[in-house]
Amino acid sequence: MGSIFSLQQILNGLQLGSIYALIALGYTMVYGIVRLINFAHGDFFMIGAYAAYGSFYMFNALVAGRSGTLAFLVLLAAMIGGASIAYLTNKFAYKPLRYKPKLSSLITAIGVSMFIEYFFSALPAIGPSYRSFPDIIVRKEIRLGNAVISNLVIIDLAVAAILMVGLTLLVRKTTLGKAMRAVSQDKDAARLMGIDIEKVISFTFMVGGAFAGAAGLLAGMTYPRIFPYMGILPGLKAFIAAVLGGIGNIPGAMLGAYIMGIAETFASAYNSLIGEGIAFAILILVLLIRPRGLLGEKIADKI
Amino acid sequence: MNVRKLPRFLIAVVLFYIVVEVLYRTEILNGYLLHIINLSLIYVILATSLNLINGITGQFSLGHMGFAGVGAYVSGSLTTLILKLSVTNPASMLPFLLSIIAGGVVAAFVGFLIGFPSLRLKGDYLAIVTLGFGEIIRTIFNNIDAVGGPRGLLGIPKFSNFTVILVAAFLTVVIIRNLIESSHGRAMLSIRENELAAELVGVNTTRYKVMAFTFGAFFAGIAGGLLAHLIQLAHPTQFGFIKSVEVLIMIYAGGVGSLTGSILAAFGLTFLSEGLRLGIRALADATGLPIGGEWRMVVYALLLIFIMLFRNEGLMGMRESRIIKNVEVD
Repeated sequence: MGSIFSLQQILNGLQLGSIYALIALGYTMVYGIVRLINFAHGDFFMIGAYAAYGSFYMFNALVAGRSGTLAFLVLLAAMIGGASIAYLTNKFAYKPLRYKPKLSSLITAIGVSMFIEYFFSALPAIGPSYRSFPDIIVRKEIRLGNAVISNLVIIDLAVAAILMVGLTLLVRKTTLGKAMRAVSQDKDAARLMGIDIEKVISFTFMVGGAFAGAAGLLAGMTYPRIFPYMGILPGLKAFIAAVLGGIGNIPGAMLGAYIMGIAETFASAYNSLIGEGIAFAILILVLLIRPRGLLGEKIADKI
Repeated sequence: MNVRKLPRFLIAVVLFYIVVEVLYRTEILNGYLLHIINLSLIYVILATSLNLINGITGQFSLGHMGFAGVGAYVSGSLTTLILKLSVTNPASMLPFLLSIIAGGVVAAFVGFLIGFPSLRLKGDYLAIVTLGFGEIIRTIFNNIDAVGGPRGLLGIPKFSNFTVILVAAFLTVVIIRNLIESSHGRAMLSIRENELAAELVGVNTTRYKVMAFTFGAFFAGIAGGLLAHLIQLAHPTQFGFIKSVEVLIMIYAGGVGSLTGSILAAFGLTFLSEGLRLGIRALADATGLPIGGEWRMVVYALLLIFIMLFRNEGLMGMRESRIIKNVEVD
């Protein structure tokens, strides 16, 4: 008893939830604005992890010993990596299909996702095998009762919190945020008000990509193993988190992600098979009981 | 009634059978090529049955190989573990065929169950649920020790041969075609065209969506069983998401809603896939560069993206060849 619901497990769940939250935000923002499930979003996460990996070895020589600066530079690289791939994906794959049937974009998204994964594992410089992620920050641990808290937990939670606060401010307080909200409410009316829709969509993709990239770095630091297919499952689970919270809803994505993280950690502690399946069980339950998600608004079918 | 009605498709298939058999007997066609033809025919079953769900009824399933996995494991367990059939015994053929059908029936039942949550879901959500279902199936196979767990179910007798597979593919296409040309098929088409309008004119959309899933899953189960008895193995990775996407590419390359397109694309892409596999290996050997098999999937992914960007309707669009059509419909 107590082993499943311990403080340790709650912390692990929050840590996993933070990573899911950063990915889920991108899903939910993109869905809110173009009504597309961006299947390739999990791969932006993977790119972020690889960008962090590459930049660590690049900057390590430049700023030897100053781990704070180094960590910041690596985070920046991961976010830029995620944002760039998101920008390119939107520009070349989704933009030409913007006014075609929705299913075309969805299938293209699957294609893009497959392309990124296999292209990366086909590149000799990256390859399909696992790589161990370097310790960017020296691991420290504090004992608190029965729980062992590593500084990584605190870093993961803090980075996710800072980024989420930043995003909330961006969406609520800036003109660009206002434009994003307008486009997600009504694209045509937004265009009539003189908003450059394509620019806003492109920006949304980049913010989502940057967040996924940051999540890639955090995941690499926390579960120190990266490989080209690492984005598939976290991507799916983060998507489910976004659906759980109400897709298109930013606070909903955060809430859903933390619930998912904690649920998955508890379930895995109980039984690994249940841990693997719980995300899909949650998805099916949500869709059957409350398809709009916890915080989502009800959408009526337009005739 | 149509007086000129000829079983054109039957004639075409019989001709195909004779040509392949003659070429094989005269050793112009080697065992490897025959194997690729067999694989293509199994993909014909998978692609046409997925087309019934995605193309005709306008739903979106991403877990088609999950159904095939159910068929493969059920029929494989029956023939290998329970009945312990042997290929040398001619009396084994009937129990083998019954096992394959049993696999199809179980897969159909699973499809029926999956069809239900799909009733409340559209497009992207349905895609995710079916994807999740496929992954759950794969995880379950991975964790059942009796069927080999992650090692897969080994030592399945090689019952599938060209004749059996061709007959199965022929029956699949004919049944799906007849279904499409019946009033049930019209109802399914109407759901694809406009679900709300279909409902308003009295089409029981729930019933037809579940029907499409059940039929589609049945044939996928048959295909999975035949595949397992062709390659003598049922392995969890054969039925994962990527494999489902390969079938998906076939129906979009061929044209959603066109059985002719699915058949052509199943052959074309299976041969392309093998060609790429050999070509990449040859290139790697010739140049000494580390060119991996992943490039094959890169080509596949690009193909899918380009079809969507530049030829949305696929090879055939919604057109059907006269060879396959039974009745002339305008």
